[in-house]
Amino acid sequence: MRVGLFIPCYIDQFYPNAAIATLKLLQKLGVKVSYPIHQTCCGQPMANSGFEHLTTGCNDLFIKNFAEFDYIVSPSGSCVLHVKEHLHSHEEEEKAVSVRKKVYELTEFLTDILKVEQLTARFPHKVGVHQSCHGQRGLKMSQMTELVAAPFSKPMQLLQMVQDLELVELSRPDECCGFGGTFCVAEEAISVKMGKDRVADHVSHGAQYITAADMSCLMHMEGILRRQNSQVKVLHIAEILNAEEV
Amino acid sequence: MNTGTKDHAGLADIFNEDEARVDWHDETLWFVRAKRDKAAHTLPEWEALRENASQIKDNVLSNLHDYLLQFEAKAQQNGITVHWAADAEEHNQIVHSILKAKGVTRIVKSKSMLTEECHLNEHLQKSGIEVIDTDLGERIVQLAEEPPSHIVLPCIHKKKEEIGELFHEHLGTPKGESDPQFLTAAARVHLREKFLTRKAAITGVNFAIAETGEFVVCTNEGNADMGAHLSEVHIACMGIEKIIPKRKHLSVFLRLLARSATGQPITTYSSHFNKPRAGQEMHLVLVDNGRTKQLGRADFRNSLKCIRCGACMNTCPVYRRSGGHSYHTAIAGPIGSILAPNLDMKEYADLPFASTLCGSCTNVCPVKINIHEQLYKWRQVIVKEGYADTKKAVAMKAMDFTLSSPFVYKTAGKAGRWVMKNIPFLVNNKLNAWYKQRDMPEPPKQSFSEWYKKNNNE
Repeated sequence: MRVGLFIPCYIDQFYPNAAIATLKLLQKLGVKVSYPIHQTCCGQPMANSGFEHLTTGCNDLFIKNFAEFDYIVSPSGSCVLHVKEHLHSHEEEEKAVSVRKKVYELTEFLTDILKVEQLTARFPHKVGVHQSCHGQRGLKMSQMTELVAAPFSKPMQLLQMVQDLELVELSRPDECCGFGGTFCVAEEAISVKMGKDRVADHVSHGAQYITAADMSCLMHMEGILRRQNSQVKVLHIAEILNAEEV
Repeated sequence: MNTGTKDHAGLADIFNEDEARVDWHDETLWFVRAKRDKAAHTLPEWEALRENASQIKDNVLSNLHDYLLQFEAKAQQNGITVHWAADAEEHNQIVHSILKAKGVTRIVKSKSMLTEECHLNEHLQKSGIEVIDTDLGERIVQLAEEPPSHIVLPCIHKKKEEIGELFHEHLGTPKGESDPQFLTAAARVHLREKFLTRKAAITGVNFAIAETGEFVVCTNEGNADMGAHLSEVHIACMGIEKIIPKRKHLSVFLRLLARSATGQPITTYSSHFNKPRAGQEMHLVLVDNGRTKQLGRADFRNSLKCIRCGACMNTCPVYRRSGGHSYHTAIAGPIGSILAPNLDMKEYADLPFASTLCGSCTNVCPVKINIHEQLYKWRQVIVKEGYADTKKAVAMKAMDFTLSSPFVYKTAGKAGRWVMKNIPFLVNNKLNAWYKQRDMPEPPKQSFSEWYKKNNNE
């Protein structure tokens, strides 16, 4: 199995630790992972802003970087969803279709493909899980509260394998944090208010850490927590699943 | 509604100046959404019902022409006068001409989002006809001279104290009185006099049944019935998408509608209007107003399945925190944001962007409208049609240039992180909307790709 590691642009630039944890976690689980060094961005910021027609460059580059792999794995539900739903190619649509089919968000890759049943990680803290919308509702990584259906959560399933980790319950388990890509600046007031409310739900339930399978939501919540001088930290789920000892 | 030149973001900014009010608005609507969840979960067949409703509506949209003609013929056989209106203007003229012919200058009206969409009240008032909205929430916003902020809960943005003030001013209730029971009783007395003295009543239509030529109006207050039963002329106004094929299909929608809207098992009154009573005139106006245009837009036709339950608004985290008026259109929230650009793409170019695309609206929708996917698609259409913000367009072109080239991307990333670390005020200033209420991420020493090059020599 050849796995290509897709590290979204903002994780590459601002959160290398999340990417390093993803890589190490996969390696620890015996996966042969390569990181195509010439990758940039999936094109989602442009597409979600209505400029899908400007994503050709990103799409072509993505296909060039990842077409040869059996699986493409990324620590970002949102970027994976974008690739899955919107990656196209004028010249090589067949390759685009194949890429779309084999791209996985990290936790769904762990639960659905690797079928991980145990981890060696330990993280003795109270953790709140933010169920990022694109992963949850788009990739169906966890059940959404709107549907009348049995609950499940792939990220939580994995977190429950982490020694000494305590999950906190939230009042609103799957409310959006308000990041929303360019929404976070175009609709600054609402975005911040949503983020404040999302953070408050975690804090009021005693979370010491907020985690998610999407770093962008965490980046937004981190910005709010730091402005509030809060002691609560954000951590990408890969960093917790890969935590040796804290 | 006149909002000047403000778009959703600008209007939401104003709404958010009072954070306590935003919290109250959010919690009130979340309460409704929680009630809806509870009601939905009492039906194990809920998802099957949604699928069923969605398929019935697919059939309707694919055969709309036939069902409308069948409905018209049956309704006429029943003694209902059927009118067709191509747009809002024609709809308003038809209603006006019916009233004029009967010499009626004062009417009662029950809740109808279609008449809001057509701005019927303004039209009639300009022609010297007094319109009294009889739904309590609608009456309150009418007294406040505001449009409804929600399609099911029109005055959900108003607190009971504010309603007390309005009633004191307009209905003569004691100053400072804000007890809901007291205020409701006052409204009841006020409205009863209107019902008894008005000769014409306008109602909306929730469902029109092609098979029988009857229409169904759902209210919780019985105000549509009071108006229609006491009047000499009953005018019902409906969008052409309200048609359902057969009577047996009604149960599917009635079970979904109230549960989705308010968490009730069924609306208090689901009244069937089949024919005028002896001596009464019954008119029905079938309105297009952009609907056939939307039907012709493959990506957006699905939006015509909407049964106006408002569930997408209650679940929408943006709607709950920005208020309905920030959408500056009769139908606010996620569904309004995919309906409005069809009516006027320039005026409502901002609305498809007033969403994080979280997708909750799609999954709460009782008729399975892919709302968030349509929001995404509208964004593409609006940008292509040239209604995007110029600054944004320039930024996007720069982004395309940067991200299409690994070299430019890496150089720009490195430069960006260097600036953040060494000249932070270039980033941390009030021109940066991110920084206003949020800290920027701490720039790391090296990017992941730099780390990878050093640590993983394949």
